[in-house]
Amino acid sequence: MKTNKIVTKEYKTAESVSGPLLVVGGVEGVTYDELVEVSVPGEKKVRVGKVLDVKGDKAVVQMFRPTAGLQTEGTKIRFKGETAKIGVSTSMLGRVFTGGGDVLDGGPEIIAEKKVDISGAAINPYSREFPDDFIQTGISSIDIMNTLVRGQKLPIFSGAGLPHARLAAQIARQASVTTGEPFAIVFGTMGVTFEEAEYFRKEFESTGALERSVLFLNTAADPVVERIQTPRLALTTAEYLAFEKGMHVLVILTDMTNYCEALREVSGARKEVPGRRGYPGYMYTDLSTIYERAGRVKGKKGSITQIPILSMPDDDKTHPVPDLTGYITEGQFIVSRDLNTKGIFPPVDVQGSLSRLWSAGVGPDKTREDHAGLKDQLFAAYAIGKEARELSVVLGEASLSESDQDHLKFAEAFEKEFINQGERENRSVIESLDIGWRLLTMVPRESLKRVKKELVDKYLPKQ
Amino acid sequence: MNTEKKKGIITRVSGPLVEAKGLIAPKMYEVVRVGDAELMGEIIELKGDISSIQVYEETAGIGPGEPVYGTGGTMSVDLGPGLLESIYDGIQRPLKTIEEKSGSCYIARGIEVDGIDRDRTWDITAVAKVGDLVSGGDILGEVQETSLIMHKVMVPPGISGKVKEVKSGSFNVTETIAVIETFEGDLDIPMLQKWPIRVPRPKQTKIFPSEPLITGGRSIDTFFPVAKGGAVAIPGPFGSGKTVTQQSLAKYCDAQVIVYVGCGERGNEMTEVLNEFPELIDPNTGEALMKRTILIANTSNMPVAAREASVYSGITIAEYYRDMGYSVALMADSTSRWAEAMREISGRMEEMPGEEGYPAYLSSRTAEFYERAGVVKCLGTEDRTGALTVIGAVSPPGGDLSEPVSQATLRVTKCFWGLDSALAYKKHFPTINWLTSYSLYVPNLEAYWRKEIAEDFPEVRASALTLLQAEAKLLEIVKLVGMESLSNTEKLTLEVSRMIREDFLFQNAFDKDDSYTPPMKQYRILKSIMSILTIGKEVVSRDEFEYSDFAKLEILKEVPKLKDISPDDMGAYDTFDAKVSESITGLVAVTK
Repeated sequence: MKTNKIVTKEYKTAESVSGPLLVVGGVEGVTYDELVEVSVPGEKKVRVGKVLDVKGDKAVVQMFRPTAGLQTEGTKIRFKGETAKIGVSTSMLGRVFTGGGDVLDGGPEIIAEKKVDISGAAINPYSREFPDDFIQTGISSIDIMNTLVRGQKLPIFSGAGLPHARLAAQIARQASVTTGEPFAIVFGTMGVTFEEAEYFRKEFESTGALERSVLFLNTAADPVVERIQTPRLALTTAEYLAFEKGMHVLVILTDMTNYCEALREVSGARKEVPGRRGYPGYMYTDLSTIYERAGRVKGKKGSITQIPILSMPDDDKTHPVPDLTGYITEGQFIVSRDLNTKGIFPPVDVQGSLSRLWSAGVGPDKTREDHAGLKDQLFAAYAIGKEARELSVVLGEASLSESDQDHLKFAEAFEKEFINQGERENRSVIESLDIGWRLLTMVPRESLKRVKKELVDKYLPKQ
Repeated sequence: MNTEKKKGIITRVSGPLVEAKGLIAPKMYEVVRVGDAELMGEIIELKGDISSIQVYEETAGIGPGEPVYGTGGTMSVDLGPGLLESIYDGIQRPLKTIEEKSGSCYIARGIEVDGIDRDRTWDITAVAKVGDLVSGGDILGEVQETSLIMHKVMVPPGISGKVKEVKSGSFNVTETIAVIETFEGDLDIPMLQKWPIRVPRPKQTKIFPSEPLITGGRSIDTFFPVAKGGAVAIPGPFGSGKTVTQQSLAKYCDAQVIVYVGCGERGNEMTEVLNEFPELIDPNTGEALMKRTILIANTSNMPVAAREASVYSGITIAEYYRDMGYSVALMADSTSRWAEAMREISGRMEEMPGEEGYPAYLSSRTAEFYERAGVVKCLGTEDRTGALTVIGAVSPPGGDLSEPVSQATLRVTKCFWGLDSALAYKKHFPTINWLTSYSLYVPNLEAYWRKEIAEDFPEVRASALTLLQAEAKLLEIVKLVGMESLSNTEKLTLEVSRMIREDFLFQNAFDKDDSYTPPMKQYRILKSIMSILTIGKEVVSRDEFEYSDFAKLEILKEVPKLKDISPDDMGAYDTFDAKVSESITGLVAVTK
């Protein structure tokens, strides 16, 4: 900005309050997105909000906290002349904050090294570096089948009652790169239950990950509108750690569905024209300003990898939240109810899941030369096996061809031995690859069409 | 800026929408500078004294009372040598220059950059002669823009007169390279032209498209071809491979110039394109792909109004090369994001919404956009034809094609590649569904195929498609009653259609050799597979023929290798066909 407006303007002209919105009249010189402080008579703490719309002398302010107790009479409204910011510092590592950025763990206030605008700016695509460092999560169904790379954004699509929290915690615990540097973790919750938030905090604490983590916790009991800020605070912190302090940061955000609901609530209060299922028409753009804050940048050492978690209402992938998310993120991990019922952990639906950047993370100098071919072959064999399983339900196993029967057995074994692994089992990528090859001995050799013959000769165990 | 007298005052700011009053004689689609930060915007509505402006940059920190400056011009792009190999944002600002000027990896605001470098000089060779009578579209001179493209500097549309002076030599784009004597006096013509992005560039006439755009994709070229100058819609849910399809087209299709618009897509994906294209070699010319490519990258988190403009910037540039007589292909990924940008602005202007909140003018805007595709007789006295093919990806929410953007698109495009998430789930790529996709260009292209590829190509193609439809029906039966109940001929149908699916349609876009198949080779593979059916049918339908004998044939195991045969070795297909014929007829001898 060319002009520097630090003049604080104070008004007592609140006109109306509706839901999270406060309308102030008679204002002058107010700017869009500006931070607003509201002091209600008799309250010590100021309330905070931001300008959503300014027309003539009227400003619409979105409050970050519930408007209960807010009054139009006597309330002082101060326009701060700057956008919402967060003070960041490396001393935030190991600390817990509220979803609004206040200290939650009883420790001292953070002395900010720098104040940064939380809405973030778009990274110039020209300045980005393409993500291509393999991340080993120690989970076969991810490492082999849907490889994650550093700088990627890959959400977990889950549903009510599925163990996505345990999966996310396992990834956070085990994720490492071949160079061995650990990840710093920035963790944000939006509207999850106390138990879930507490599960993660304990998990980080018990594994010693807490000292390299920053937690922003907004639980179901916390203000709804605060949730709109939480992921932005988390990502601003992550950007500072990654691009200014050179750390590799893993950002976990849960649950994005609650975030979108908060967005819908504000939009409804503003009486905007709704898009699908009442969600605002700009939800795609809004979500992109969160998810696109992942990646690597030329000339900077650090990186931001994002794993947002969202629950699909009724396991419906076409619901606006997973749908718009899928259009922005580089793939998705889908948690399968079927596999979960069978007692398989982690219940990753390998076929429905996808990592768009997998090819950048695999290969001779990253994992092993046979990785891509083996992955294709496992996919193909598993697909045939699952089809055979469906057929056998209708027609009985005996009616299947010999090759189909082999594939059926393979599919069972694939689920039990490859996808299934303990919550505490950390498999190296080589181990995972070898399990894959071992399982492939169950199907006829001539059906191995997707992988080059030389590789079959080299890696397929001799019977 | 000499705009002080045209200054207006902001009265409202709501996200990318700004309202201002007091602008003197504002025009629709006039470019304005908004606020003290002088952000770039465009007037999209005039109501009394109030102008509604969509702002191409983030509006945080802008408020009522700040000035708005009119510029008098409408939103235009720079046209001239230097476009190729560029990487622009939605309003034609080179991303590289933005990076240099903002000094950070983020896109700073209020940066004003020219679309074409004003300092770089180009060697122009005069083509027109002094005394020539010229009109819009006539070529004045030629510049070797890249090793692939000879840039033709044309008389801007609407100008005609006598060439008074024309220069050869080294000039920058703003220097005069010709003087034309017109009724209104002498006009200095530089290499640089400007053209408003929302106005289609003029042409003489449109011509019926009759030549295919060769893409190297087997399911596209053979089954659902697009003509040069055609319009294609690629709808598909996320993860179904829209972007991979668009990118393979941009890499391998035989258009001479490619404009790739990443409209509201992923940042990392654009970076991949930016990294990959300069390295990739064009199979048609052997040169780096970037030398024929212009990239427009307006990622999803970049300002929404610039996203709205990006497809127009792209198509205007594409039309400019079409006017030189080139075959141009424009890929827009994804037009749904463009429509959503329209919806967002429309919502903020409090317009009456149409279906699903989209503005009522969604379908007319979509139609206008796709109609800019076509084969044209270019402007100018010389007889030139150019073609502009538009390939638009659509991202229907939840994969549901009944939504407004898909429907508006399907009404105006003649070719439909329906990407199918069920195929993606089975990892069958490309996920173009052979039962739902269609191309209305098939009759246009028939003559070309018969002449250039093979006399029976249309028939082989049609019988293969029929076979795939028969397979779908048979598979339903198999699901109910099992394989055993099928007749031998039906089993053979299933066997051969499986080969078509797995060994012809399945194509690995990430494999160096498999990603591009020349049309002749496509025909030979398909023909060889189909020959198994024609020869086999007669044999298996004999009484008491044991089908398992047929299934055991060694030659069938060689079908997957058909696509690995080098395109230079067409004889290998003859050998294969002969072996098929021999071993299948051999079966009869055994049964007898």
